This record gives sequence, structure tokens and C-alpha cells, in this order.
Amino acid sequence: MQFTLNGREVDVEAHPMRRLLDVLREDCTLTGTKEGCGEGECGACTVLVDGQAVVSCLVPFAQVEGRDVRTIEGVDAHALQRAFMDHVGAQCGICTPGMIMAAMALGPDPTRTQMQEALAGNLCRCTGYEAIFRAISAAKRASRKTPLGVEAAT
Amino acid sequence: MLRDDGPLVPLAGATDLYVALNFGTLTATRFLDLWPLEPLRRIEMRGEMLSLGALVTYTGLTRSRLVRQRLPMLVEAARLVGGIQIQNRGTIGGNIANGSPAGDTLPVFAAAEAIVVARSVGAERRIPFVDFYSGYRATVLRPDELIVAIEVPAVHGHQWFRKVGTRAAQAISKVVIAAVRADSPRVALGSVGPVVVRARRAEQALAAGQGIDAAVAALETDIQPIDDVRSTAEYRSVVAANLLRQFWMQATG
Repeated sequence: MQFTLNGREVDVEAHPMRRLLDVLREDCTLTGTKEGCGEGECGACTVLVDGQAVVSCLVPFAQVEGRDVRTIEGVDAHALQRAFMDHVGAQCGICTPGMIMAAMALGPDPTRTQMQEALAGNLCRCTGYEAIFRAISAAKRASRKTPLGVEAAT
Repeated sequence: MLRDDGPLVPLAGATDLYVALNFGTLTATRFLDLWPLEPLRRIEMRGEMLSLGALVTYTGLTRSRLVRQRLPMLVEAARLVGGIQIQNRGTIGGNIANGSPAGDTLPVFAAAEAIVVARSVGAERRIPFVDFYSGYRATVLRPDELIVAIEVPAVHGHQWFRKVGTRAAQAISKVVIAAVRADSPRVALGSVGPVVVRARRAEQALAAGQGIDAAVAALETDIQPIDDVRSTAEYRSVVAANLLRQFWMQATG
């Protein structure tokens, strides 16, 4: 089945009902996407499909045919990743790839409310979220003039 | 395809179905993927009715100017479903078909007197939303029918929606209410019975000008809350009564 993965056309053979999460981790060996709860509650497995944040544990592989999938590996060295390091937005790190992918779908210069809404589906038990919000604010401010590569689909 | 081996389970955004699949509690083995059907994502006026395609997502509702203008209580409900990731995938057709008594959009459709449009290969029928459920998670939908759209007539009066859960986001409701303040007030509640309920006796008390205390007393006979993992019957009764009072104070005629 063909789809776009981190900007490259790929052809992956897998059962259509497998979870996108498992296909990414096991067939594509992209293990940056984490499994947390496996029921769509924690956001750890967040990836972007056609620019929209989704939880990959609840996406049948068949439904990404012909679509654009972006994982944490596809935003390597992104301003958001650097900001998460600079502002200590990660502690244990299990939620971090999902946090960054959910934050990718935010527009430039988000308000605190917009950040809270965008990350309402991403649970972090270490940071208390404040460092995460500081990291996102800093990265989005810095990228205002050169917009991030991926924005929310309209 | 419809007549050979066993039932086909329609699959849309999979936000309910894949939870069951991941837990190993899903017994179905045959699925019909509806996700690529773009015509079912339309939001449009059909005469006086607002027509919402079954595959419209919660994000689709929130972004629609038509829905924001005509049915703001549905936008309120959509914004409180899960997180953004679920809102980007969950569909109104799925929320209705799944039939959880805690479904966030269901009181809105009950209060708005919506119509479920069901289509089979040979026919289409329109089912009043209030008649759609025949029991706990059971619907009058036939095995060869799919929900293709929801039609919502114009709602006159002040629309009001509240969801009470454990936390502001990512919570399944303990009590959820949609109500309309008009000459004939409408009140619908979820999570207080096996199916979403229209609180007809409370509505009659309000319409007859008997006052909010009489309406709250009548509400006791409209709902049948239970104890379960999320809450208790007693808590749900108290909260349902408080929500009715809050509606009556906040929504002005």
C-alpha cells in the first residue's frame, strides 16, 4: 500500500486492519512513535496524517492509503525539538514525540489557551506541562518569520 | 457482500472500534471502511434543514460556519470530545451508531429534534433521533442500513450545553445536558439512563410556568441514573438537577 511517509513515497505491505502505530514501529522501523495507553487517551502515539494530529493506535493502516503521514523522525532537528531540550520540556521522554507532533499542528504564536487545547489529548506525568508550554512558545515565536513545515490542514 | 458470511461492521474514524480491538473485546472480523467516502463529509442546507454527513468529524463541526451559526450547542459538545486527536477522527455518524449513553453529541440531537437519515442499497428512510435507540446500545437500524446523514431543523431559542466529567478534557461524561430555552423549552440528558433521554416532564413543568423547583422535581421521574465506574446514581441525580437549574438561570428566553 502506498502512502507518503515523512516526505517520501513508500510502499508497505501490511494487513489493512493493523494499527498505524504498529506498522510504523515494526514494518517501517520508526520507533520514535511511542505506545502509551493503546486506547486513545494519552496521545503518546500522535502522528500527523494530512497535517492533522491523530493517535496512531486508533488508525487502521488501510486508512492512510495515499495520505501524507509524518512522524517524529520526519521533524528531525526541528525548532520544536531544540526548544524542548533548551527549556527542559522533556523528563522521562515517553510523551515527548507525541507532544511535539501535537504542537506541530498549532499555528504560529499560539496563545496559552490554544496550546492547552492542542495538547489536551497528550498526557505528561513528569513536567507539569509548564516547561512544555514554554518550549512551544519559544519555538513558535522563533519560527514566526519562517513558518514550520507542517501546519494544520483546513 | 451483504449476504455472505456474517455481519459487516461499518468503520469510520475507528475511535471507538479500535479501543475495543486493542482490548481484544471486538468479536467482529469483517469491516466496511467508510472513511474514503468524501460525499459523507458534506455540511449543507437542504431546504430548512441543516444536513450533516455521517463522516463529519468533531473538528469538521467546530470549523463549520453553518454549524456555528445554527447549532452552537453542537459545537460546544464537539469541542469537549476527547482531545484534538480524537476530534480529528471521531465522526457524528459513529457517535450515533456507537450508541453509548454517554455520547456527547446525543443530547444535542435529541434536543434539536434531529432526523437520522439511513440508507440501504434499495431505499432511504428518515428516523426521528428520539426514536433511534431501542435500548442500551441498541438501535432500530437494520443490518443492511448505514447512517448517511443527520438532518437538523432550525432551533429557535437560546441553546445551552454542559458536560460534567472528571476533568475538563479527555473525560467521559458523568452527566451531559443539552437544552433550549424557548416558549416550549427542551431538555435532553445523557449518562442518566440506558439511552439519551428527553426530560419531557421537566419540559412540561417549565412550559406551564410551574417554576424551576417543580421542573427539578419532575426531572427525578424523567431519568434513571445508575451506579457505575464513572459515578453514582445519587451524584448523577444531584448534578442533573443542578444543571437544570443552571440552564434556567443562564439561558435567557
